[in-house]
Amino acid sequence: MSARRSAQVLRSAAATLLLFALAGGTLAAGVDLGQAEKQPTNWTAISMFAAFVVSTLFITKWAAAKTRSAADFYTAGGGITGFQNGMAIAGDFMSAASFLGISAAVMVGGYDGLIYSIGFLVGWPVVTFLLAERLRNLGKFTFADVAAFRFSQTPVRMFAASGTLVVVAFYLIAQMVGAGQLIKLLFGLEYWVAVVIVGALMMIYVLFGGMTATTWVQIIKACLLLSGATFMAFMVLYSFGFSIEAMFAKAVDIKTGIATSTGLSPDDAARQGFSIMGPGGFIKDPVSAISFGMALMFGTAGLPHILMRFFTVPNAKEARKSVLWATVWIGYFYLLTFIIGFGAITFVLTNPQFLDSKGGLLGGGNMAAIHLATAVGGNVFLGFISAVAFATILAVVAGLTLSGASAVSHDLYATVIKHGRATSSSELRVSKITTIALGIVAVVLGIVFEKQNIAFMVSLAFAIAASANFPVLLMSVLWKDCTTRGAVIGGFLGLISSVLLTLVSPAVWEVTLGHPKGSALFPYASPALFSMTIGFVGIWLFSVLDRSPRAAKDRAGFLAQQVRSETGIGASGASGH
Amino acid sequence: MAAAPKTRGLPVEDEMTMRIVRDPLYQRLKSTRSRLGWALALVMMIVYYGFILLVAFDKPFLATRLGEGVTTIGMPIGLGIILFTVVITAWYVRRANGEFDALTEQVVKGARA
Repeated sequence: MSARRSAQVLRSAAATLLLFALAGGTLAAGVDLGQAEKQPTNWTAISMFAAFVVSTLFITKWAAAKTRSAADFYTAGGGITGFQNGMAIAGDFMSAASFLGISAAVMVGGYDGLIYSIGFLVGWPVVTFLLAERLRNLGKFTFADVAAFRFSQTPVRMFAASGTLVVVAFYLIAQMVGAGQLIKLLFGLEYWVAVVIVGALMMIYVLFGGMTATTWVQIIKACLLLSGATFMAFMVLYSFGFSIEAMFAKAVDIKTGIATSTGLSPDDAARQGFSIMGPGGFIKDPVSAISFGMALMFGTAGLPHILMRFFTVPNAKEARKSVLWATVWIGYFYLLTFIIGFGAITFVLTNPQFLDSKGGLLGGGNMAAIHLATAVGGNVFLGFISAVAFATILAVVAGLTLSGASAVSHDLYATVIKHGRATSSSELRVSKITTIALGIVAVVLGIVFEKQNIAFMVSLAFAIAASANFPVLLMSVLWKDCTTRGAVIGGFLGLISSVLLTLVSPAVWEVTLGHPKGSALFPYASPALFSMTIGFVGIWLFSVLDRSPRAAKDRAGFLAQQVRSETGIGASGASGH
Repeated sequence: MAAAPKTRGLPVEDEMTMRIVRDPLYQRLKSTRSRLGWALALVMMIVYYGFILLVAFDKPFLATRLGEGVTTIGMPIGLGIILFTVVITAWYVRRANGEFDALTEQVVKGARA
C-alpha cells in the first residue's frame, strides 16, 4: 500500500471516529449506519435475499394457518420452546447496525468497540435474575399485563402503551433509515425502494403470520447471521494459525504503518498503532460513561418487543432457558464481531481493492464486515452476508411492529376502550389494522428521515426503556407499596425526562438541530442516570404519598400477585383461553 | 382466562394464596431466590460498572502489556466479562430450574392438597 493511500485511510478512519464522537455524544453512535453511497446492483446478493424472502413467505403461509386467535397472534399460542425463543430473542436483538457498526468500530478503534459491545450484553443477566420468571408467571400478551396486574387497568395500560409506542417508534425509525442506507449500499437499489420493500415484507409477516412467523423469521435470521459471522471469524483466525496474539500483532503493525505514513515520528506512530489494544477516546467523562452504561443495561430489561417474547414460552422454566440461550448467542456474536473487526484491519485496510479514490472504505465506514466477507469468502459469500444483513433488519422491524400493534390492540383497545370485554376476533382485527398503520408510518418516516442524523434514536429508545418501562415493571412486581398513581406518574416522569434531556443533549441539540457547539443544556451522552433516578424516585414518592382508596386496594393485591409471580399458580397457560 | 369459581365469597385462588403464604416452604423459596437474584444482579453491576470506571479513570492500566507481545491486560478482562456474563446467567438458570423449581412444585402440591 502506498504511503499516500495509507495516509488517506488513516484520515478517513479518523473522520469516522470523529463522526462517531459527534453523532452519539461520544458513545451512542456505533449503531448508526450513516449516509451511504449507492453501489452497482449486486445480483448475487439480490438472488440470495430473494431465496430468503421466498422461504420466509412459505413459513408465513404455514404460520397463517395456525394463527386464529389473539393468543396465536401475540404469543404463537405460547408453544415456543426455551431454545427456540432464545434464538428468536437473539435474532430480535442482534441488529444489522450492531453487526456492521460494532465491527467497524473495532476496525477503527480496536478495544473501544469491545467496550461498546459489552454494554449490550450485561443487561441480560439482570433480566434473568429479576424479571424473566416473574414476567412469564404474571403476563399474558404484553408487558402491561405484568405492570398493571394489581393496579387500576386504564391509567397503567395507557402509560405502558405510551412507553411501548415511543420506544418502538424511535427504534423503528432508526431501523428503517438504516435499512434504506444499507440496502442502497449492498444491493444498489434506490433508498425509497429499499424502505418500501422492508415495510411491505414486515407487514406481510406480522399481518398474516403474527408471532409464529415473526419468531421463525428471527430464528432463521439468527442462524444465518451467526453462521456467516462464525465463518468470517474462523477464516480470520485460520490465517493467523489460530493465534490471537499474532492477529493483534499484525493489526498493530498495520495501524503503525498507517500512522508512520502520515508523517508521525516512529515513536508516535508506534504509540498510535498500539492504541487499538487499550481504551481510547470512547469514554471521556465518567458521568456519561455510567449513564450510557445504565441505559444499555436496564434498557434491555425494558424493551417491549423483547419483553413480549417471554410470553411465547409455556412456563417459567422455559422463560429462564430463553434468556440463557439468548445470552449465550449474543455473547458469542460479540466475540465474533470483535475478531471480525480485527480481521478487517488486517485484510481490508491493506487491500486497495476495498478503498475508494479518496482512500476511505468503498461505500463508507460501516462496510468493514462486508469487505471482509469478500476478502475471506469471495463474491458469493459477499452476496450471502449482504442478504443476511437485509434479513436481519426485517426480523428486527417485524418484532417491533408486532409489539407496537399489541400495545394498541391489547392494551388500548381491549382493556382501556372495551374494558376487557373485546372478543378475540375484534382484538385481532384491531391489531391487524394497527400493523398496517404502523407499516405505513414506518415507511413514511423512514423516507422523511433519510438525510437526518438519527444516530441518537437507538440509544434514546434504550434510555426511555430504562427510565420509564423498567422502573414501573420492577417496582410493580417487587415493591409491595407501589400504587397505581405512583407507577403512572413516576413512569411518565421517567419517559418525559429521558426524551427532554436527550433533546437538549449535544447529539440532538448541536448535531441534529444544528445549534452552535457548546450550547446544549445537558452535557452528557445519555440521560439514563438522571431520568432513571427521576422515574424511580417519582414512583416511590407518589406511591408513599398516595392515601386514596385505590392505593389501599393496590397494596392489598400484592400478596396474591407475589404468590403467583413466585409459583406460577394461575399463570396464563400454553394456549389461549 | 376464566374467572375462578367462588366458594363462601372467596375465590378459590384467594384461599390458596393464603395457604401458600403460610407455608414455610414457600417463605424459604421466596427469600432464598430473591436474595440470590439480587446478590447476582449486584455482582453483575459491580463487574460492569467497575470495568467502566476502570476505563474512565485508568486507561493506561488496561493498556499494560501482558508479556513480550502486544496483548494487553484489557483483552482478557474485556473478553472475560463477556464469558462471565454467560456463566453467571447459566449458573442461576441451572439452580432455578433444578432446586427452585423442585421447591415450587412441592409448594404447589401442598397448596392443592
